[in-house]
Amino acid sequence: MQSQEEINRLKNVVQRLLDEAKQQGATAAEAAFSVDNGLSVTSRLGEVETVEFHCDQGIGITVYFGQKKGSASTNDISADSLTETVKAACTFARYTSEDEFAGLPEQDRLATEFPDLELNHPWSIDAEQAIDLAIECENAALGYDPAITNSEGATINTHQGARVFGNSLGFLHGALSSRHSISCSVLAGSNDAMQRDYWYSVARNAGNLEAARQIGEKAAQRTIARLGAHSLTTRQCPVLFSAEMASGLISSLIGAISGGSLYRKATFLLDSLDTRILPDFVQIYEQPFLKGALGSASYDAEGVATQNKHIVVSDGILRSYILSTYSARKLGMQTTGNAGGIHNLTVEPGQNDLNGMLKLLNTGLYVTELMGQGINRVTGDYSRGASGFWVENGIIQYPVHEITIAGNLKSMLANLVEIGNDIDLRGNIRVGSILLEKMAIAGE
Amino acid sequence: MPLLDQVKNEILYCSGLQTQDIDTVINTLLNTPVDIADIYFQSSHFESWSLEGGIIKEGSHSIERGAGVRVVSGEKTGFAYTDRLELPLLMEAAKNVKAIVRQGQNAHSKINGRQDFSQLYLPVNPLKSLADQEKIELLQRLDRTTRQLDNRIEEVMINLIAAFDNILVAKQDGSWCADVRPLVRMNITVIMTENGRREQGSMGGGARHDYRYFLENDKGLEYAKEAVRQAQVNLQAEEAPAGNMTVILGPGWPGILLHEAIGHGLEGDFNRKGTSAFSGRIGERVASDLCTVVDDGTLPGRRGSLTIDDEGTPTENTILIENGILRGYMQDKLNAGLMAAKLTGNGRRESYAHLPMPRMTNTYMLPGSSDPEEMIRSVKHGLFARNFGGGQVDITSGKFVFSANEAYLIENGKITRPVKGATLIGNGPDVLTKVSMVGNDMQLDSGVGTCGKDGQSVPVGVGQPTLKIDGLTVGGTNV
Repeated sequence: MQSQEEINRLKNVVQRLLDEAKQQGATAAEAAFSVDNGLSVTSRLGEVETVEFHCDQGIGITVYFGQKKGSASTNDISADSLTETVKAACTFARYTSEDEFAGLPEQDRLATEFPDLELNHPWSIDAEQAIDLAIECENAALGYDPAITNSEGATINTHQGARVFGNSLGFLHGALSSRHSISCSVLAGSNDAMQRDYWYSVARNAGNLEAARQIGEKAAQRTIARLGAHSLTTRQCPVLFSAEMASGLISSLIGAISGGSLYRKATFLLDSLDTRILPDFVQIYEQPFLKGALGSASYDAEGVATQNKHIVVSDGILRSYILSTYSARKLGMQTTGNAGGIHNLTVEPGQNDLNGMLKLLNTGLYVTELMGQGINRVTGDYSRGASGFWVENGIIQYPVHEITIAGNLKSMLANLVEIGNDIDLRGNIRVGSILLEKMAIAGE
Repeated sequence: MPLLDQVKNEILYCSGLQTQDIDTVINTLLNTPVDIADIYFQSSHFESWSLEGGIIKEGSHSIERGAGVRVVSGEKTGFAYTDRLELPLLMEAAKNVKAIVRQGQNAHSKINGRQDFSQLYLPVNPLKSLADQEKIELLQRLDRTTRQLDNRIEEVMINLIAAFDNILVAKQDGSWCADVRPLVRMNITVIMTENGRREQGSMGGGARHDYRYFLENDKGLEYAKEAVRQAQVNLQAEEAPAGNMTVILGPGWPGILLHEAIGHGLEGDFNRKGTSAFSGRIGERVASDLCTVVDDGTLPGRRGSLTIDDEGTPTENTILIENGILRGYMQDKLNAGLMAAKLTGNGRRESYAHLPMPRMTNTYMLPGSSDPEEMIRSVKHGLFARNFGGGQVDITSGKFVFSANEAYLIENGKITRPVKGATLIGNGPDVLTKVSMVGNDMQLDSGVGTCGKDGQSVPVGVGQPTLKIDGLTVGGTNV
């Protein structure tokens, strides 16, 4: 992909769409064009299993006729198709209702500065090399211990893409980005006592990936640690969420303070702005300008500038909702630059590493996997399948599975005990393990 | 015009491709021995309408087309796709995937699907089955009537979507298959408040049909009434119990139990690789003798049904469990070939940009002989779970969950109080051995299911009669 040429090609198409929308009578419009090329290779039991070449593109346009809105998208960028797509969006705008809150962002909220966030690092790896790397990763898992009996394989993924976004207020910007990952999943045990686990690494720059061999070994360690798991008796106890699971907890919180949930009144945190929702030591903020990070962006999905260190929670008090232009207008507020989501949401870590957190847990459940979608965002009621480890006096005793953990998110968050510094950097939410005071465990 | 010609016209000829061009690509794939070579062409139209806050808020339309080129040799698969239907790009894709499997061997046995099959749905474009004005009038009318059902209703959200999929498969023997697949779905969610307490209820349905499906028997209003009823129940719900207890599952959508607990574990790929808790267990008892479970892609018009799967194999009614004994797996070509098993028409893919794998269609349990009321009466203390949200399974350990969103306590043979939603967790290979009563009231779900596997989503159906399970863990908060 020739970077600047590619961006210019995409910009031309987006500008054409916007011009065409204007010609067809739209009073305002916004459009995006993204392309993504990639390679995905999986090895299983030492042999290549699949090699997939990815090549995706898509354009989408939203048009406004006054306060009426219509959208259309396609992956066919021929001239005829573009015209048809604009026409389809305009047709839909005829049938949607007048919505006083609909429309583009205010001009002065659009991003005007575009620092290089160092998000584009193509990985010059061909299929053969990727196969070798996948095999190296998987072999490290298979050879780690005789207890490893089978494999779902190791996968190398590499993607590079470009995205241009523009609107009829004159915003037109494009950026390139890359994303690479290595993952491995293996099995241990046999018959009705089989266990499986995995490990992965993901980064914008392949140089920042964990070593393939290390990923394989971690997958093996994690799988073996689950052998011999059994259920627990039904009880109440403190629960420590591993960093990966804690990010799900924070994601539920973000969902509950997002504009869409708020204006629909479909959240357990309705009207909670400037109230205490977490203990006073909790600080949560966005860091959209971190160089090379997975969630970095200088503008959101509608071109609004993101805010450096956008404070969401300070000293346990909710300071900002997560809003787009539309949801902000519905609530009589200002957009927070979160159309399309959050950017490197960071929960400030505490003093303890995982061992320290296990000591604080003392006796209770350490959860490393959650299953199912048992979260009611309207009421905060939470009930999910879980597996992990039973811990006594800060030391892991044995693996557990076939249990559920239940509570209510509102009180789970309010009674949060401690946050670890064992931050998982593989996602858009940066948080360490989280210790909760007490949850209901159901088991055998 | 016959269906095949109609689809060739829609996808190939419109793009300036001829069937001979595709033969050239197939021949490139076949220039050294391979087990499977195919090209999957797809053209999809999709639209979505949503009503919220009493207004038609969003309307969107999308068109996607493309082709996926696949070659399989033994356990190796090469795959590439293009969204531009041009011969040079298809040839490039073919060369790329071919390079991967150059050390080809013929590891697959000869496999054939059945030849006699008929279309399970009309080849209609559902997007055009109503005028746009009629679609929004349907939504607005439904919004008004829903709001009249209960004065505690605070918000009503309605989604209406339609997809029209044309697919064309060019196979290695030079033959072609085509399918034209309509799909519609409607969903209604209500939010109700009472004394500061807020709850929601949700219901929907759909079919391989056009929009007029929702006009028959005023289905939209039925969904609305059901959504309101669920929200009303939830406004009264108390803490759910925690622990292992007898559970009665209602008929229909609670059949998601079968999808999670056993369905995924019986997909051919996991069993070929030996990664499923059900691997190597054909002929063994995995359920009580009251249980017979099938995966049936041949039900006319159902959301999970397909005339042919995405490899061109006609779908089947496959017996998975017969009177408690494990009988068979669900297969696609790759896995059936490697396991020397029969094709079952379960080779499905989300789109041309995804590889096919064994997936479920409509998975359900056949009816038994028990009277559902008698089943409730037989329980001293337990849970009656009438409706569910989604579920998930770990096919290796066999542990599965599914989340009840409408449930009641059973005390001394009577349904007493509604309880809050809770996740139920169990072990797939033995949960059905605890089925002690099977109702005579088998129902299929209303047509809302979507199944995710390896990041690919496909529409599916489930169903079951009322079931009594002697011991399942209920994840409530009341310890």
